[in-house]
Amino acid sequence: MNEPKIHVKDFDFFYGASKVLHGISMDIPDRQVTALIGPSGCGKSTFVRSINRMNDIIPDARGTGTILIDGKNVYGRDTDVVALRRRVGMVFQKSNPFPKSIFENVAYGLRINGGGSKREMAEIVERSLRRAALWEEVKDRLHSSAFALSGGQQQRLCIARALAVDPEILLMDEPASALDPIATTKIEELIYELKSNYTIVIVTHNMQQAARVSDKTAFFMMGRLVELGDTKTMFMTPKEKMTEDYVTGRFG
Amino acid sequence: MQRHFDRDIEEIKQLLLRMGGLVEQQMMDSVRALLDRNSDLAQLVIERDSEIDQMELLIDQKTIELMAVMQPAASDLRFVATIMKITPELERIADLAQDVCERAIELNREPQLKPLSQLPLLADNAQKMVRESLDSFVRGDVELARSVIRHDDVVDQLTEDSFRSLLTYMLENPRNISSAIRLTFIGKYFERMADGATNICEMVVYLVEGKMIKHTHMQ
Amino acid sequence: MTSTSLRRRLVSRAAEAFCAVSVVIALLPLALILFYVVKEGIGALNADFFTKMPKPVGEAGGGMANAIAGTLILIAIAAGFAVPAGVICGIHLSEYPKSAFSTIVRFAADVLNGVPSIVVGIFVYGILVLPVKRFSALSGGVALGILMLPIVIRTTEELLRLVPAGLREGALALGATRSRAIFTVILPAALPGILTGILVALARVAGETAPLLFTAFNNRYWSTSLTQPIASLTVQVFTYAISPYEDWHRQAWAGAFLLVMMILVLSIAARLAVRRLERMNRP
Repeated sequence: MNEPKIHVKDFDFFYGASKVLHGISMDIPDRQVTALIGPSGCGKSTFVRSINRMNDIIPDARGTGTILIDGKNVYGRDTDVVALRRRVGMVFQKSNPFPKSIFENVAYGLRINGGGSKREMAEIVERSLRRAALWEEVKDRLHSSAFALSGGQQQRLCIARALAVDPEILLMDEPASALDPIATTKIEELIYELKSNYTIVIVTHNMQQAARVSDKTAFFMMGRLVELGDTKTMFMTPKEKMTEDYVTGRFG
Repeated sequence: MQRHFDRDIEEIKQLLLRMGGLVEQQMMDSVRALLDRNSDLAQLVIERDSEIDQMELLIDQKTIELMAVMQPAASDLRFVATIMKITPELERIADLAQDVCERAIELNREPQLKPLSQLPLLADNAQKMVRESLDSFVRGDVELARSVIRHDDVVDQLTEDSFRSLLTYMLENPRNISSAIRLTFIGKYFERMADGATNICEMVVYLVEGKMIKHTHMQ
Repeated sequence: MTSTSLRRRLVSRAAEAFCAVSVVIALLPLALILFYVVKEGIGALNADFFTKMPKPVGEAGGGMANAIAGTLILIAIAAGFAVPAGVICGIHLSEYPKSAFSTIVRFAADVLNGVPSIVVGIFVYGILVLPVKRFSALSGGVALGILMLPIVIRTTEELLRLVPAGLREGALALGATRSRAIFTVILPAALPGILTGILVALARVAGETAPLLFTAFNNRYWSTSLTQPIASLTVQVFTYAISPYEDWHRQAWAGAFLLVMMILVLSIAARLAVRRLERMNRP
């Protein structure tokens, strides 16, 4: 087994006085898809947003414990959050293209990182759009508004935008929950393609989606990690009764 | 759109075809061991059976995993169901080939009864049916599948003929009974292999047309 | 048809009629004002009005060239300091909505918004005119700017808050710093609305008279100096309207008409600008 890309040890998280994550410890393997499943409010979203410290923008939120990416502590004193987020891309539940053209959306991450020559930019934008399986659909209207795209296309644009800064890790917070089944299938196929180059952590409400796209599955419940294992095992022979009840829909 | 699910399906299909190839080889070698009175070859066939058992386990595991993570629907679901039904049929055919070899070894310890006539014909027909059933699966060829199913009657008739001819030997001389009964068993084994091929073909029709034709002749 | 559904239909008709009457009541004064201003003003408008200086008392003819230029200068000064200051304040309010400073600024802006414009005039008179003992264009512009400020601050704040949080997260997730996210993503997203707010504020202060009386005062001559008194359309209209001369009355109407037209043009410009920006900005 290779070194895990992300190593989490005894990680707690608080919103003010309420503790929402309790002693999470898990390893997330490199270049595989790890799915986080669990009922609403189980902490899976909070956890994934802790990996790139997206929760920092929430007042009174704080995490304690260890999250190591390639051995470096995300919550260390000297961690440069901006640099961290460039290595750890994120795609959100609601597609959030910027009020800019398709091209400028993808180029945004490059521009804030100092940009490059016009040709380099165009190359990276094209490559990112191709990787996100969107190039063919938008190549003739790169300079029209991103809002003219369909929901599924907008989400793939957001993925392209995240890929453009060449992250190592891609966090996806319910990336397909607002999409129709066809757009969802496209996103899932895309995730499957991307895992050869990126470490992907995906939060999903949809168990079947977790089953389809992931190699590892982690089941969260009330702020605790109940079980983590190979996706196939989790869906065929889970060890924990709670996992069994959840994946069979017998919950509660 | 190409789905990664399709790649998984293709992988299982390839495994099943490899298993089918091995089963055909086992049948062929069992017939050869019987006709040539070659106990070594018969022993080899018996030993190779575990390889097929392993493949059955592997295919079962892959198919169940596929169901667990993909929740197949429509033609995907029929494909998975077909695999789950075809694999044990193949495994049973291989077991029957193993049984043929066990009887062959026993026969070799006794004097040869007579030059076998009906039995090789029966074995040929059974082999052809198994091969064609796999072909019909690969190509999704329901015409071929239906012709294999029809051919089962021919095999039944050949089994009956073989039994009657062996019966005359038994009536002629009680010393022949031991060998004749073993040969009768072997005839039955080939008939069952042909039944297996028929079952596979019924699943091919189900896979392609979504119709379950099994047991329909009874209505 | 049952009686309930008949009743329902009658009530619905009555409500519709009530709404129609309300609309007429609301629009009538506006229509009348426009009608009178146009009727009286359009006849008085001619090329001289735009290009000539006022004639001495008693002489017919002349125009308001100096007042038109003066109003434009005053508005430019007002916008020049109120827009940047207001937008930055608005950004602060939306970024740190709960800080003590924000609470104070928000309260101050609301109070300022309610302060009568003449009070603002007196205040600026006190700080910018009395110490140097001279009316000036600068002090007039500052007075108008102070009146613009609360509108700009509050519009900016409100519109920034309407920008979906997802946009900010998207920018931050790509490694943008907070200020980068604000200036490259959030502010552009709110820009159409903020621009409308600014234009509305401009339109409002362009029509102010009271605060100019003690600050920019008036000037019968052509002046573009910021340290000299300067003429403005509103003060000129006021001066002419209360004069006893027929010709000045005519010019006052023309000035009023021009003011109305300026506000109309600003409103239309606001609409057009917003539509252009929104084409890029909104789904």
